[in-house]
Amino acid sequence: MSKVVNIEKAMNFVTDSSVIMIGGFLGIGTPENLIDAVVGSGLKKLTIIANDTSFPDRGIGKLVVSRQVSKVIVSHVGTNPETGRQMHAEELLVELVPQGTLAERIRSGGAGLGGVLTPTGVGTVVADGKPVIVVDDRQFLLEKPLRADIAFIKAEVADTEGNLVFRRSARNFNPVMATGADIVIAEVNLIVPVGALDPDEVMLPGIFVDYIVKE
Amino acid sequence: MDNRELIARRVAKEFKTGDLVNLGIGIPTLAANYLPDNVKVILHSENGFVGLGPVNGLEDPDLTNAGGKPAGIAQGGAIFDSTMSFAIIRGGHLSSTVLGALEVDQEGNLANWMVPGKMVPGMGGAMDLVVGAKKVIVAMEHVGKGGAHKILKKCSLPLTACKEVDLIITDYCVFDVTSKGLVLTEKAPNVSLQQIRESTTADYLISPGIKEMVV
Repeated sequence: MSKVVNIEKAMNFVTDSSVIMIGGFLGIGTPENLIDAVVGSGLKKLTIIANDTSFPDRGIGKLVVSRQVSKVIVSHVGTNPETGRQMHAEELLVELVPQGTLAERIRSGGAGLGGVLTPTGVGTVVADGKPVIVVDDRQFLLEKPLRADIAFIKAEVADTEGNLVFRRSARNFNPVMATGADIVIAEVNLIVPVGALDPDEVMLPGIFVDYIVKE
Repeated sequence: MDNRELIARRVAKEFKTGDLVNLGIGIPTLAANYLPDNVKVILHSENGFVGLGPVNGLEDPDLTNAGGKPAGIAQGGAIFDSTMSFAIIRGGHLSSTVLGALEVDQEGNLANWMVPGKMVPGMGGAMDLVVGAKKVIVAMEHVGKGGAHKILKKCSLPLTACKEVDLIITDYCVFDVTSKGLVLTEKAPNVSLQQIRESTTADYLISPGIKEMVV
């Protein structure tokens, strides 16, 4: 059965206070049309899990500017002055997570793990409140898994069963986020029939993807 | 030659053919311009590829460096997702990483990701890079705005990582970070030992074999 839907159908899964993972790295590999639909919906109090809050006029940055977000879990906010302003005004909660730790927390959430032990952040403020576990004389932080209600991801090509091919550095967080959310919606540039993709070239198995929207 | 170019030229001498290197934004990135012709390194870009290079032909909107600027990928390069990118970083597969600093201290502690209450851009991939790379090189101007010292006995800003810095390269000099503390191994042309002393709060030893920096 084809997973291709229109964007209005995809929006039915998002509500006020939804936790949403959004792929992309400074806006590269971000599903812009899905984000524009969320902006148009007026939904509020969203939690966004993403690498960064992009720029004010691009990607996740637009959701911050439209004041629909109450919390972000990200590794970097420096390219979006509005994120910084809302953070300092205590209008937006910002949880900063080292980028590799963010990737592994999402992977843990998607892979059924109870978290990950990482040396990153030991001896820094990132370690505050987290268990330090010694393995073979080296200290690691226990970082807990992250999951989301919905993941919005971006790919170059999908077949109608949701098998995905990503392009260049637009891949970034997209594949791992597809493993860590209850509903996964992929925005793609091109949709091809089942069988058009060689199984060896599929970068994310379609079993992770619930719905496909075309850019 | 301006100070930034001097530092970048000296950083470029740290690499050998076959090294896998991650260069931070700013002065570190400039180092790629000054590699000797006979040294071929592979550059890692934490948004998800190896083979980072200048734009080759038309800009590709799906291909940027970790600062979001248009980039190219060299022949022999490879694309991957964020979990693989940080497995490379954390797993000890990077020969070296070069980063800027707000502060660095005589124990090899580094602070480069936030100034509380003033500038909180987030750590991005910096904490993972500093913990994971085999060699950590700090490349920065020796003093900050208004002559503020940046090489200290103890960092005062929130740390990026503890005791991970191996080498400090500035427009004044080069320090090795050793188990005995900092060792001054090179000084820039036209900079006196007195100037270095007056611009450095940290304690350091002067190597008996101290040389003039060659760039």
